[in-house]
Parts: sequence; structure tokens; C-alpha cells
Amino acid sequence: MPVVMDADRISRTLMRIAHEILERNRGVEDLALVGIRTRGVPIARRLAQIIQDIQQRDSSRGSGGEPAPPKVEVPTGSLDITLYRDDLMRYPVGPQPVIRHTDIPFSIDDKRILLVDDVLYTGRTIRAALDALIDFGRPKSIQLVVLVDRGHRELPIKADYVGRNLPTSLSQSVQVHLMEIDGRDEVEIQES
Amino acid sequence: MKKDLLGIDDLSSEEIYLILDTAEAMREIGQRPIKKVPTLRGKTVVNLFYEPSTRTRTSFEIAEKRLSADTLNIAVAASSVLKGETLVDTAMNLEAMAPHVIVLRHASSGACYLLSRICKSRIINAGDGMHEHPTQALLDAFTIREHKKRIEGLKVVIVGDLLHSRVLRSNVLLLTRLGADVWICGPPTLLPTGMEQFGVHVSTSVDEAVVDADVIMMLRIQQERMQGAFFPSLREYFNTFGMTEARVARARPDVIIMHPGPINRGVEIASEVADGPYSVILEQVANGVSVRMSVLYLLAGQKED
Repeated sequence: MPVVMDADRISRTLMRIAHEILERNRGVEDLALVGIRTRGVPIARRLAQIIQDIQQRDSSRGSGGEPAPPKVEVPTGSLDITLYRDDLMRYPVGPQPVIRHTDIPFSIDDKRILLVDDVLYTGRTIRAALDALIDFGRPKSIQLVVLVDRGHRELPIKADYVGRNLPTSLSQSVQVHLMEIDGRDEVEIQES
Repeated sequence: MKKDLLGIDDLSSEEIYLILDTAEAMREIGQRPIKKVPTLRGKTVVNLFYEPSTRTRTSFEIAEKRLSADTLNIAVAASSVLKGETLVDTAMNLEAMAPHVIVLRHASSGACYLLSRICKSRIINAGDGMHEHPTQALLDAFTIREHKKRIEGLKVVIVGDLLHSRVLRSNVLLLTRLGADVWICGPPTLLPTGMEQFGVHVSTSVDEAVVDADVIMMLRIQQERMQGAFFPSLREYFNTFGMTEARVARARPDVIIMHPGPINRGVEIASEVADGPYSVILEQVANGVSVRMSVLYLLAGQKED
């Protein structure tokens, strides 16, 4: 099972993505992150932390003897898209997928939302996430952040920020492991 | 899970916990600005209620609508049942129009089993005779777990018209299955025989039974099902078995008071208790929607036979 990204690589990649986000959005104003369950959530949280740290460092750089600037907070939420899936009632063969909590503790109206997921594949998860998000309000914009893009899109969905492009075949699967859930940071490709 | 929800009897404890955990996620939907998800879009759900209902029927209807289902409420009093159409014929006629789910409340115990054998639709029991009312027991468990964080080991006391109560039977099955210490209490005339076999303590003294209770559940006197004199008068019943503040004081200080509704003030429960700080009666109603959404979601994807 080849490891295509190790912990160090993942960490640098997230750092790079955070800088890209700040560059393209010219700062953190109105920015909010929403991680897609399950593994999009820790990635979103890490990105929020990195973004906050960068902003904090930059704004305190020129302060000299002045008091420390107020702490920058980027609101972060988690989204479970199970109920919006397009395959729920189509192939009734057994137990329904388990639903986890959605927690978006802020209004998304007029915010620039960064949707975060670990792997972008067919694009159907993102389609479901967009439908779910629109039910919560009217954001100013939605951008997509993914750690891995493995190709094989079935819908016209594109990521704005990609950690790593990983061309794969349909017989392979991409497994993302994260410290918060699996106890280690690793991306590996498996043959099914 | 099986195709239908006919009773707690058919559910394992894992399935019960799955329903409760899913209901937690469903509850969050009721807090959103748009309280709807597209999960049951295009599916038809028929609410076939042969007995009157406020809470259960509206609760099911809201749950169905939140999942984007198309709901159909059949008010039996305005239907061909008045012309003598049997339950089986009513169901088969409905089935011809292919509803996804039929929610049935009926005065005869076992009516839901009958329908489940002949209908392809998924059947949810909303109360059959004196037999079971599974979604009520599930929402009761949900409410208890919310306040007490667990069911196992709690002392739960159920007081009232035990003989005619389907809520009692479903609750006894569920609570004992999840390891609670269940006490049932009522006048001897309203106490079914042999209840000890279900693993519950039986008492005819409410003052004794409620000592150190974690949960007190009151059941309504079901006068509409009584064909005989079970106690001298309603006031006498209240004096001997009614839940008063004095009796509540004998329970644990963090006790919760529950009632499936509708309440008869001054009969099984005093107004001060029903409206008091320990009462979670209205929360039960709110939780009913989440639990029913959970059941609908979990049943909906089952394989079509």
C-alpha cells in the first residue's frame, strides 16, 4: 500500500493551501470554513488554525511597542451530507448510512465559505454539500478546498485549492488517515 | 432493521440505540432556518389513524414533511370506513396507489401485524389497541437519555392506568431491554397480572414506589377503554395515585416527570406538577418529531420485497 503523502508532506501542503487562501481572498474578512464529515472536519480545523496564526503573525509584525492586536478568529463548522445524498433511496439493499452531527454555529449569509473535504472523486459529495449549504442561508461565495483530487469526475465540479493531484484508476482507492481520527497523518493508495 | 416498526419487541438494543442516535442528528434539522432535507423526496407516506390523536399524528406529519415526503392524512371518520369498509380492504386500496410508508393507529391490538403481512409498504405502528406504541417509548427513552445521559440503572416508575396502556407495554419492553430498574404502580383493578415476568417491580402504593425515583412517568386514565367501574371516583383516584408535589418530593431531587399526553389535570397528575420545574412533558412532544424522523429515515431504505 504505497504511501503517497506522509505527515510532513501533509503539513506543508496545508500550510501552502492556507497561504493560497489568504492570497486569493486578500485576507480573512467574511471567511468561514465548513468541513465535510468525516475527514473534511479536522482538515478544516487545522486550516483555520494555520490561517489564524498567519494573520496573527503578520498583524503583530509592525506593532513595535504597541499592545498585541485582537485575536483573529475564522469561524469553522462541520457538515454531514448523508441526508442529501443522491443514492440513498436508489439502491435499498440494507441499513441506511449512519448520520452524524451537522454543526454550523454561525450564519452563513454573506460569508465566503470554504468547503473542505479530504478527497475529491466523482463530485457527488460536493454537489450534496452545496445543496445542504444553500439550505442554511445565502453565502457570498463558496470555494472548494480538497487535500487530494483523484480525478474521475461525474459532475462538473472543480476544486479551487488542491493539496495534491493523484491520478488513479477506478480499481484503486485513496485512503486519507488523519491524526484526529486514525492516529496518524498519511495518504495511501490501495488496490481493491 | 426490518421492513416495519411494529413494536419494541422486534428491536434489539443496538437497533434502539441506532434510532436514538439518529434522532439526535435529526433534532439539529429542527434548529435550522430551513427545516427540511430532501431525503424522502417523492415518497408518499399515509397517516391512517382510526383513533383520534393530536400529538402523534401531527408529530408524524411534521417529521414526514421535514424529510420532504408527500403526506396523506386519512381521517377515518370522513372515509369509507363509515360505510363498513374493512381494514384489510382499506389498506389494499391504499397500496394500489403505492405509498412508501403507512403509519397506522388502530383500536385493535395486532392491526399492524395484519397490515405488514399483506402490504408491501413499510408499516409504522402509531398505537394498536392495548398492545404497543413503539415511537412513544422511543421518544420517552430519548428524553430520559437527554436528561440522565443513560438508561441503564435508572429507577423508572410508571404510574396510572396500566391495564389499558400500550405506552406502558412498549416502555416496559424498552426500558428493561436497556437495563433500567422499572417499577409499575396503579390500583389493583388496573394492574395486569403477571407483569413481574417482564422484569419489573409491581406496587399498589405510589408513595412507596416513587422513593428515590430518577424518572416518574404518568399514564392517563383511559376512560374511553373502560367497560366497568375500576375505581370509585376520579377524585379518589387522584388522592390515592395522583402525582402531587408531595409525592414528587419523595423522589430524587433531579427527578424528571413525564407523561405521554394528553394529560388529565387533577386526575393522574396535579397541575402544579405538570407545569412544574421537573416536568419534561412538552420536551417529549418536541422530541417526538426527531424520533419519528429517525424511524422514517431508517426504515425508508429497506429492501423492497
